[in-house]
Amino acid sequence: MATQQSRSAARLMMAPAVILLLGWMLVPLTMTLWFSFRKYLPLRGGDLGWAGFDNYTRFIGSSAFWPSVQATLVIVGGVLIITIVLGIILALLLDQPMWGQGIVRILVIAPFFVMPTVSALVWKNMFMDPVNGLFAYVWKFFGATPVEWLSQASMQSIVMIVSWQWLPFATLILLTAVQSLDSEQLEAAEMDGASFMSRFWYLILPHLARAITIVVLIQTIFLLSIFAEIFVTTGGAFGTKTLSYLIFQRVLESQNVGLGSAGGVYAIILANIVAIFLMRIVGKNLDA
Amino acid sequence: MGSITLKKVSKSFGDVEVIPPLDLEINDGEFVVFVGPSGCGKSTLLRLIAGLEDLTSGAIEIDGSDATDATPAKRGLAMVFQSYALYPHMSVRKNINFPLKMAGMDPAEANKRIDAAAKVLNLTDYLDRRPGQLSGGQRQRVAIGRAIVREPSAFLFDEPLSNLDAALRVNMRLEICDLHKTLATTMIYVTHDQVEAMTMADKIVVLHDGYIEQVGSPLELYESPVNKFVAGFIGSPKMNFVSGASAKKRDADSIGIRPEHLTVSADAGEWEGIVGVSEHLGSDTFLHVKLSDGSMINVRASGELKAAYGQKIFLSPQEDKVHRFDAQGLTI
Repeated sequence: MATQQSRSAARLMMAPAVILLLGWMLVPLTMTLWFSFRKYLPLRGGDLGWAGFDNYTRFIGSSAFWPSVQATLVIVGGVLIITIVLGIILALLLDQPMWGQGIVRILVIAPFFVMPTVSALVWKNMFMDPVNGLFAYVWKFFGATPVEWLSQASMQSIVMIVSWQWLPFATLILLTAVQSLDSEQLEAAEMDGASFMSRFWYLILPHLARAITIVVLIQTIFLLSIFAEIFVTTGGAFGTKTLSYLIFQRVLESQNVGLGSAGGVYAIILANIVAIFLMRIVGKNLDA
Repeated sequence: MGSITLKKVSKSFGDVEVIPPLDLEINDGEFVVFVGPSGCGKSTLLRLIAGLEDLTSGAIEIDGSDATDATPAKRGLAMVFQSYALYPHMSVRKNINFPLKMAGMDPAEANKRIDAAAKVLNLTDYLDRRPGQLSGGQRQRVAIGRAIVREPSAFLFDEPLSNLDAALRVNMRLEICDLHKTLATTMIYVTHDQVEAMTMADKIVVLHDGYIEQVGSPLELYESPVNKFVAGFIGSPKMNFVSGASAKKRDADSIGIRPEHLTVSADAGEWEGIVGVSEHLGSDTFLHVKLSDGSMINVRASGELKAAYGQKIFLSPQEDKVHRFDAQGLTI
């Protein structure tokens, strides 16, 4: 795209996509901002005029706000750690030649195709149910009292469910990265006297850095807004109320669109803070 | 230190036998070149010696002690790979340091060795760069540097020059030869290029389909090849093979004559032919001559010879340079 002409042609051709994407982002953003400054109670009088910063102070002043931010960050952090650690291990194992490789790989990827609502229901009723769940049977088999997962270990349960859903994604991206590592480098390291652990630490992990970065960034975007898993399992009880769930409650259960919108603006700010931190930590891996 | 003995070494991948049992003796300080067409098993043989592949049967001895089941690191050999296999996220210094770090060497001693190696290989100015910022020849030198700091008992080279351009290849060839003279360490070098083999080797091992065809010094292989394969593989341009009446006359199934051992004449000779393409290199002229029976003969004549396309000439072999082969292709 060297000439003036080809540059302007390129701009013209990109314009529809750019305008569509901008509109897609700007319209909801503007509406959220607009409602966040209105007193809008759909079942109690509708739009009742300007509210100034009332919604913002009420949302942040609520006793549920900071715990919800904490819950959000715990879920995001926990799932990221679990999926990346297990993802690397699984990727290394799946890279080994073995019988039935194709089928195993498909099975590993399968959880990603299950809808969040469905997988949360399956976990809740088939695994974690304290009476009929599979885990309850295992506990009883060893003579232990079954754990009431979703009330006694609610946060861990949700992290587990979400990790199960996202592990295939991490594994898949990391597997392709592992496969792209030049085998001669590993052989050279072997000849240089590196043990498996040193080869992993000095060669494989640096090679995976970029893939890990991508997994972290993409998963964070989606994990900040998980909803179905919480809605289906705990309904936000037992300390699992995330910011997005709190917003849902404010808008639909309290029927207060203005308050919820203010929460939405806080969610955008939180997401940006997380994003800036992440880019600081891992973003440099994307250069070069 | 640095002698390697292969005893009845063989390698199969599944049902395919890549290397049938073979014996080979490599003496301390020798520059041995494995040469052969692609797919002849020369790289596999090198990897067997390195320990990167397991033997199917047989034994490998390094410095008199059995190393058949030793891990690559324990064999005390260093290898330079075709792709150089440098670690891309480490600086040149860290790359060269890696084997020393793995061996747990004291950093001060390691730095001394790295600086010494960098000086020998002209890498001193590049120690802080990453491999990605280096040219092909420099990367090659880093790979060699990584090998020499370990002070191994033998170096293994797997087609190290095939990714370089022609001019650089000639330079690196000389540098590796120089290095061999200064270090006086055993080197095993794999290549498909017989020119590299001829110019560098003390001892050439010609491989074909996993079999060792002949072992010998470059001139031995050139002057007295044991069979038709070695005769045709060693020497450039290739040896000409002629069968029929002229072979019968010399009591052979076929005869071979190198292009440089043919006498060109305008009016009389054993074979009559038509000049096809002639390549004028200045020092030499290569003629592609089509004989009356349709076969092609390469001739290496002096640079002054002027031959026009389609011109009729006569060729005669220098009688003492004719190689005779029987029906099995073995030298008589």
